[in-house]
Amino acid sequence: MSDSNKIIDQAVSSEYKWGFYTDLENDTAPPGLSEDTIRFISARKEEPGWMLDWRLKAFRAWEQMTEPDWAHVQYPKINYQDIIYYSAPRKGPKYNSLDEVDPEILETFNKLGISLEEQKVLSGVAVDAVIDSISVKTTFREKLSELGIVFCSMSEAIKEYPELVKKYLGSVVPVRDNYFAALNCAVFSDGSFVYIPKGVRCPMELSTYFRINAINTGQFERTLIVADEGSYVSYLEGCTAPMRDENQLHAAVVELVALRDAEIKYSTVQNWYPGNKEGKGGIYNFVTKRGICKGDNSKISWTQVETGSAVTWKYPSVILKGDHSIGEFYSVALTNNFQQADTGTKMIHLGRNTRSTIVSKGISAGKSNNSYRGLVKIGREAEGARNFSQCDSLLIGSTCGAHTFPYIECDNPSAKVEHEATTSKIAEDQLFYCNQRGINTEKAVSLIVNGYCKEVFNQLPMEFAVEAQKLLSISLEGSVG
Amino acid sequence: MLTIKNLHASINGKEILKGINLEIAAGEVHAIMGPNGSGKSTLSSVLAGKEDYEITQGEVIFRGKDLLELSPEERAGEGIFLAFQYPVEIPGVSMTNFMRTAVNEVREYRGLDALDAKAFLALSKEKQALVELDKKLAGRSVNEGFSGGEKKRNEIYQMAMLNPYLSILDETDSGLDIDALRIVSEGVNKLKSAENAFLVITHYQRLLDYIVPDFVHVLYDGRIVKTGPKELALELEDKGYDHIKKEVEA
Repeated sequence: MSDSNKIIDQAVSSEYKWGFYTDLENDTAPPGLSEDTIRFISARKEEPGWMLDWRLKAFRAWEQMTEPDWAHVQYPKINYQDIIYYSAPRKGPKYNSLDEVDPEILETFNKLGISLEEQKVLSGVAVDAVIDSISVKTTFREKLSELGIVFCSMSEAIKEYPELVKKYLGSVVPVRDNYFAALNCAVFSDGSFVYIPKGVRCPMELSTYFRINAINTGQFERTLIVADEGSYVSYLEGCTAPMRDENQLHAAVVELVALRDAEIKYSTVQNWYPGNKEGKGGIYNFVTKRGICKGDNSKISWTQVETGSAVTWKYPSVILKGDHSIGEFYSVALTNNFQQADTGTKMIHLGRNTRSTIVSKGISAGKSNNSYRGLVKIGREAEGARNFSQCDSLLIGSTCGAHTFPYIECDNPSAKVEHEATTSKIAEDQLFYCNQRGINTEKAVSLIVNGYCKEVFNQLPMEFAVEAQKLLSISLEGSVG
Repeated sequence: MLTIKNLHASINGKEILKGINLEIAAGEVHAIMGPNGSGKSTLSSVLAGKEDYEITQGEVIFRGKDLLELSPEERAGEGIFLAFQYPVEIPGVSMTNFMRTAVNEVREYRGLDALDAKAFLALSKEKQALVELDKKLAGRSVNEGFSGGEKKRNEIYQMAMLNPYLSILDETDSGLDIDALRIVSEGVNKLKSAENAFLVITHYQRLLDYIVPDFVHVLYDGRIVKTGPKELALELEDKGYDHIKKEVEA
């Protein structure tokens, strides 16, 4: 028996008395979800007892809950007992050279302008020591730790910063918040933890190496970002490169906490496998993202570019608790072929003079369905609260659908809530006008779509914005004529 | 440069062009006049390659190539330019971005290197001056919020940028006041050379005072029924299209 196997065996044997077994070769839990599975995950990650208790509590809550069915999406019923909930990150390389990787994926990498070395990392090919991500990480970490910034995996944070984790984990998205969040609490694999100390402005986008870091985070990601008083951080999640995964169900939870005068900017590019052109396969992406502007004058801004996944169910929200706090949501959601997206935001105004802005741009092509669902809630105490929402839908072709479900609840007469919505179609005459000037239809669509999304792309960090533009073009390939 | 032989085209099964014959040589300006519904705009759309039309008969040879075999963007690359009667608005796409994409696509087609930002801006400035186009428009979305006159001047600016061999002006004079008409026409006249040609489609003689044609063709019921020198336009203005109709039907 190897060393690592011994450790697992020891950790497991004391807890499991019901004939629980593990395929040690693959370091993977058997399919199915029970308290045993959770004990196994927690033990495998060598977590402290309080964490296991938290997970078990979440699991018991989840067992009492039912899967929500109100979203405008359709998918076959998920059998939660068929899913594998833990699989250790792959240690060795998947391939020996790029020649072994699916040429279709490589073509997309090239279109996105991703360097050869990075392509290797992304597709799981053995890499040279020079760009070994570990050494890159170490350099960044040193620089950040000089400022007292904590940026590490959630697993590490649980061990090294238990007080912070105990204080904030589940404080924005409670364990019982919703079905998928409860499931995530019970079985989350890993994710990122960020703490920015008082008055510190994080000097870099916490993204610089995220593209590399993001691999193998698994299907139940858990992220927690805490910005202490007067601090600032910009965080980038995801990857423009296409991400394939054998796991169909993804249920992530992201929590953001902004204390007094703090600002968090969170940008996402989501490009999980959307399924093939006939609508087979593809990821179910059921994500709960929420931030709280806890202190006065704090600000949280969500920017998302969603092009992947077969089914997306996602509403990055902000609770505006502090007076004069600001919430923003900028979104581009693109669906093609048979993709379905039900996405939007919730802005919960509790504090006085709180402000929120929502800019949502939906693009539907092929036979896809794209829905915006948003709630603006103005609490009784939210004197002088203001919201502006703009929800635009763009249709490409005549077999897709766009839907808008705005909800407004206003309990304070001094509040101002504005909602604007448009639906447009890329017209034949616009395409012909471009064609006549020498621009082919594919480029024309990309030009028009990028123009339509400009307001949102302007919110993304420069480098990411360029990639996001290319990503839209690639995602739309073949959607016109 | 352009040879049209017995061109028939229909839309939704209805024949609009019923055998057009036309020959345009480099350095020439041709005017096509005709009453509403005679097929003037159809002819320009068919030459530019709009897909709504079905070509049932005939051929179009442009600089030695079978034009009807080419896509609209290839025709643009070959040097066909259509100044639209109703320029299309494209929200969110800045005029600069649009024009730069177009110029570089056309350059690529012609085997030329792309213009860098500096060279593009210099060229753009020069061509804007040609039609007295406000610099501010370059930052705005394509044709969005442009006045009628600005839209038409913007078409001529694009023509100047793309440097076509054959420019088709589809009722460029419609909706223009006298000052805008003068500016547009002066722009066109400055672009005229021994290498290129113009096909000016218009209802009225007025535009032809400024852009003087070498030939005037009268289009009626899908055919060119009369061709003459520039004086023919004056005659039409004087006697009206009814006179021509009677002549043809007689």
